[in-house]
Amino acid sequence: MTTRNAARYWTLAPALVIFGAVALLPIGELVAMSVSHVDWVQGQAHWRFVGMEQYARVLGDALFRTGAANTLVFAVGGVVVQMLLGFALALLTTRVARTRVIYRTIFILPILVPGIVIGAMWKLMYNFDFGVLNQILALFGVHPVDWLGNTATALAAVIAVDVWHWTPFVFLLMLAGLESLPQDVYEAARVDGATFVQELRYVTLPLMLPAILVTLLFRIIVGVKVFDEIYLLTGGGPGTSTEVVSYTIFRRFFTEGQTGYGSAMSVVVLFALALLFIAARTATRQRGTPA
Amino acid sequence: MNRAKLGTVAVHAGLICGAIIVLFPFAWIALAAFKTQISLLMGQVAFTPTLANFDEVLFSGTSDYLANYRNSLVIATSSTLIVLAVATLAAYSIERLEWPRWVVHVFLLGAAVFNAVPAITLVGPWYVVSRALGLYNTYPAVILAHATLNLPIGIWLMATFMREVPRELEEAAWIDGCGTLQTLVRVVLPVVMPGIAATAILVFIHSWNEFVVALNLTARQTATVPVAIAKYAQENETKYGAMAAGAVLSTLPSLVLLFFAQRAIVRGLTAGAIR
Repeated sequence: MTTRNAARYWTLAPALVIFGAVALLPIGELVAMSVSHVDWVQGQAHWRFVGMEQYARVLGDALFRTGAANTLVFAVGGVVVQMLLGFALALLTTRVARTRVIYRTIFILPILVPGIVIGAMWKLMYNFDFGVLNQILALFGVHPVDWLGNTATALAAVIAVDVWHWTPFVFLLMLAGLESLPQDVYEAARVDGATFVQELRYVTLPLMLPAILVTLLFRIIVGVKVFDEIYLLTGGGPGTSTEVVSYTIFRRFFTEGQTGYGSAMSVVVLFALALLFIAARTATRQRGTPA
Repeated sequence: MNRAKLGTVAVHAGLICGAIIVLFPFAWIALAAFKTQISLLMGQVAFTPTLANFDEVLFSGTSDYLANYRNSLVIATSSTLIVLAVATLAAYSIERLEWPRWVVHVFLLGAAVFNAVPAITLVGPWYVVSRALGLYNTYPAVILAHATLNLPIGIWLMATFMREVPRELEEAAWIDGCGTLQTLVRVVLPVVMPGIAATAILVFIHSWNEFVVALNLTARQTATVPVAIAKYAQENETKYGAMAAGAVLSTLPSLVLLFFAQRAIVRGLTAGAIR
């Protein structure tokens, strides 16, 4: 058994080395930069220790606050719609047999496409002057809408893109969950004369709850990370109406070159999300889910 | 019409609506790729198809698209190979080599927490470090970053698939005197091959699609396909036709994989979230 003992060290070592060198060390570097003012002179970084001052600025940064609020609306709002649509679509798909694989193939397409390409698709369709959405509206005599250029519609428009992008993922997980449910409980429910709604309420939903919670958590995590579509469609605008935290960090760190300040913002986001994630995981676990 | 028949019609109507909503944007951008800029700006529905956009994207002197495609292929393939090797070993280690439970728990939790953090928070230090080490705008920087970002999902998937391998197989190998590496390579790997394929495809697609890391760690020589497409969209006057053509070409690897390996893709996507 000694070889087996030695083996468990070298088999795990590469993963630990990579996580240590490319994740933990950079997080350490991030923390170091967050308490420093970093100047770039001819591609060389010059550091000056400034203490916690940049953290105080992050919490008072209006753009950061707007970004955080929008991210929350984006992630929660988008994911709720995705869960409802994805679940409904999965329920419908379980009702067909021969065409099920065809529908599944079509429905998972958006998951496989780069976020940037999805941004490009909707940039074409949302365009004020020649976008197909306004062309369709014109058929009904409705005035064109500047979907991405209007503060009233921009956030909803990018959430709609996210719903289009990720409902398929919820659909796929819900379909896999529904397909794995035991069939005998449904037979029992039918023998008892349960209606469709009763069956959904008392059989399907309780059995699907673990899968639903896991999917929900998973989707919110990815929703909070949103960057690509915002970058391509609105750049956070108009004004700050579609600003999200990832974009604020990108703006401060890279566009404005505020290395130290951008790092402080990254640290705040990184630790806030890590804590939220652990809390959510603990909470869903207590409800008896495996993940 | 009776109720059951009505229900069937409603089901099909719902599914067909869903399919149209999913397919329409794909069809629209594919059509746009064959339109001239003028035709696009005029919003023409009927138009004479042209290959000019593809010609510009692929062969014009100002376009690096073919080089971008090569960069994406090199980066996605390399990072996938790294993830496969490292994740397979790690998954085998935590699933089968009798670590204390708390080690497994801390390791998996750490990986899951890392997976929940937005990449942009790490791109800053990656940029600074790769600058300092002279790795900025090189393949290794992006490959390592992509491999690290995908390592948690790789480990998670491989651990799920390894859990399904019957222990008796390995025990037989141990008794026959196989070492750890031999047991893994000769006994376990052949059994989890479908799982490895699913992991490989998923990680490849993730890396191929990834944008924020590629945007900030690459410059002209190493830029990937998503960075190139974003450039068409971000120029002073958006080149809609070129953007569409670049976008259409960028989906080819995923479409090919979906056509030939749909089961593996579905396996990877579902095993990643549900066990």
